[in-house]
Amino acid sequence: MRVTPTLVSGLIAGLFLLSSVTPSPAAAAEMPEIEKRDWSFDGIFGSFDRTAQQRGYQVYNELCSGCHGLRLLTYRNLAALGYDEDDIKAFAAEYEVTDGPDEEGEMYQREALPSDHFVSPFANTNAARAANNGALPPDLSLIVKARKNGADYIYALLTGYGDTPDGRELPDGMYYNAAFPGHQIAMPQPLDDDAVEYADGTPATVNQMASDLTTFLAWTASPEMEARKLLGLKVMLFLLVFTAMLAAIKRKVWSRLH
Amino acid sequence: MSTHPVVKWIDERLPVFTFLNHELRDYPTPRNLNYWWNFGSIAGIVLVVLIGTGVMLAMQYTPHVNYAFDSVERIMRDVNYGWLLRYLHSNGVSMFFIAVYIHLFRGLYFGSYKSPREILWAMGVIILLLMMATAFMGYVLPWGQMSFWGATVITNLFSAIPLVGEEIVNWLWGGYSIGNPTLTRFYALHYLFPFLIFAVVFLHLVALHTVKSNNPLGIDATGPQDTIPFHPYYTAKDFFGFGVFFLVYLGFVFYAPDFFGEPDNYIPANPLATPPHIVPEWYFLPFYAILRAVPDIEVFGFVLITAKLAGVILMFGSILILFFLPWLDFSKVRSSRFRPIFKQFFWIFFADCLLLGWVGANPPEGFFVILGRIGTAFYFAYFIVIIPLIAYFEKPRPLPESISAEVLGGKEGGKS
Amino acid sequence: MTVKAQDAGSGGDDETRRDFLLLTTSIVGTAGVALSTWPFIDSMNPAADVLALSTTEVDLSSVEVGQSITVVWRGTPVFVRHRTEQEITAARAVDISTLRDPVPDEDREIKPEWLVLVGICPHLGCIPLGQKSGQPRGQWGGWFCPCHGSQFDTSGRIRKGPSPTNLVVPPYKFTDETSILIG
Repeated sequence: MRVTPTLVSGLIAGLFLLSSVTPSPAAAAEMPEIEKRDWSFDGIFGSFDRTAQQRGYQVYNELCSGCHGLRLLTYRNLAALGYDEDDIKAFAAEYEVTDGPDEEGEMYQREALPSDHFVSPFANTNAARAANNGALPPDLSLIVKARKNGADYIYALLTGYGDTPDGRELPDGMYYNAAFPGHQIAMPQPLDDDAVEYADGTPATVNQMASDLTTFLAWTASPEMEARKLLGLKVMLFLLVFTAMLAAIKRKVWSRLH
Repeated sequence: MSTHPVVKWIDERLPVFTFLNHELRDYPTPRNLNYWWNFGSIAGIVLVVLIGTGVMLAMQYTPHVNYAFDSVERIMRDVNYGWLLRYLHSNGVSMFFIAVYIHLFRGLYFGSYKSPREILWAMGVIILLLMMATAFMGYVLPWGQMSFWGATVITNLFSAIPLVGEEIVNWLWGGYSIGNPTLTRFYALHYLFPFLIFAVVFLHLVALHTVKSNNPLGIDATGPQDTIPFHPYYTAKDFFGFGVFFLVYLGFVFYAPDFFGEPDNYIPANPLATPPHIVPEWYFLPFYAILRAVPDIEVFGFVLITAKLAGVILMFGSILILFFLPWLDFSKVRSSRFRPIFKQFFWIFFADCLLLGWVGANPPEGFFVILGRIGTAFYFAYFIVIIPLIAYFEKPRPLPESISAEVLGGKEGGKS
Repeated sequence: MTVKAQDAGSGGDDETRRDFLLLTTSIVGTAGVALSTWPFIDSMNPAADVLALSTTEVDLSSVEVGQSITVVWRGTPVFVRHRTEQEITAARAVDISTLRDPVPDEDREIKPEWLVLVGICPHLGCIPLGQKSGQPRGQWGGWFCPCHGSQFDTSGRIRKGPSPTNLVVPPYKFTDETSILIG
């Protein structure tokens, strides 16, 4: 059998597929199965659902921002969610940032501007740990890209709370979560039915809030995604046509030989 | 064109046009090269893209432990097309290694390392070593968890060197652990090395043009009937190859830009928290497996060579052994097409490399340990034992008369 | 059969078709290469965070008559002076033709009592004195550049010294009665 590039490419592709299906045995004990979900931002034509993003932002603000920062985002980035300049200015002004030093050499507080980064709830990681029994609530700007299985995992985590299975002892301050590796997490369940009243009237079930929040966080991690996929479409179409032309030239040139 | 007065004026003073004509137009190339021969030029063009995107990224990156991670995120979020430059660069590295590994395996299969191409081959191995150093240092720059801890693990290996190990490591680090001095020096060297690669690629091409290209039959061209001019045949074929390659490359860039990456590297480096599984980038995995495969080498209960030192020696040895291949494989026949036994073992070796890669991706526990040891043992046995034995005992198939006889004789009729 | 580069095309219809294909492919390819240079070039343009800081809002309500404040706009100092009646009169009483850089005072501000100027001397880039009380303002009561002695009047115009032109008026507008947006 002749080994052609097609054969080997197929082999390699097959291996990649295999690697995504076979779990690594040693890790399987602590890595729970994460259910694959359909997200509006999946796939070649994926996009962020604006209304879901806005609801997710509301959930973040009301339920998460007390412990989790979003420091890589600036308030002006919210324009991508559809908010206008005045809304954003007003929203930023609710927060205070440290600026300075002033003429006397003192640091001072001022209202946040749209150009400022989101103000984190704690001044530094030590303060965060001190306020949370030694646990560090991670900044959420990149969380969807910083975890294996990304958005699926975040959703599974948010909806994975439940009664501790029989026979399992959890240390004080830990909670059972079906999705978290090791199954014990220091964060208590953050979402409860109707914990938030959605402006658009959507019922705020735990699953709904988890889905909206995950959509919002997928955007904070990859704000360039829609522009990326749009440019990608143009580039790939161009390349397909152009490569076909190059193929035609190659064939024409080589037909000269005998 | 060649008689245009301006061209003539320049060429009389600096023979660029004569040079280009000779090396890129008239250069006699075997007429039977297949698509496995496209990967050299593909590697070349990826190198150019990496240098181009790298320089643009360097304009926006801050090489300081307090700012590095955030400067990369600024590139991704605020710099116009910053996300594109970053993803072109990170995925370009993976494409570069894919192209170079295929290019290398092509060389193994068709005996491109044999006389008179020993130095051509050696230049290639040097390029591979420089690539690995460059990629290793580049991965540290975003200062994520994997950047920091991968660098810690690999630089710590040098402490295995007897007597001076500790001092060497502190010298590498510029301190007592990976820190800001390490980051800044890696940045300087990461910017420098690609230009060294460029220089060795130039030498690689000079060597190639001196001994001329090998071909799938592994037999020398006997005259002009066996070769065709590089232009337009291989320029056209190479451009087509670029098209297909860029489709794959940009497919990743636009639609799966983090496919080759590690989620942990989106967490800022924390010297006080080790990630549960430290894994290098995929192109280092087989070497990572070899590194971890060896236990302490004991003689009468006394540790002669620590597992760490043995692992380091074997890891570097696994690449350095490639230099000796032209002498380990002393068979006069080049191409696996006429070497049935060699061909079989080649494929087993290829599978072994994939196996080692898979072992490297997993924690060194359970049956991965034994797999790693078998894989490593076979890897070295292949070069040191199997290849010389095959060269001695194998009866190769009869070689064709000539390239043109084979190509025009209808066997491969017009197939490219 | 020997094949030379020049021979790699023989006559007739085929060649015309291939030339056309070659021509269109070359054009498309060149266009593609040209388009792909744009991200590289554009990445050097001011990034989103720099653009976000390209305007500065200034609240004028606490600036008393006769007082000057200095704000930062695009990384450079901007002088905002709440002019007194005398300063305005003095600025307008000048015979324009005697000025090195002749501009009537009326053209240099939106409201006569508010003067907004980039605080960089057009000569060689030093920051002129005159913003704080006690600092020299030069004989025309405006600003005095300590580096080479340029003196500016109460309209920020060059009167004496090496500066070839007046202090620059940056683009600004009043967003309401007591606030301006510079840039």
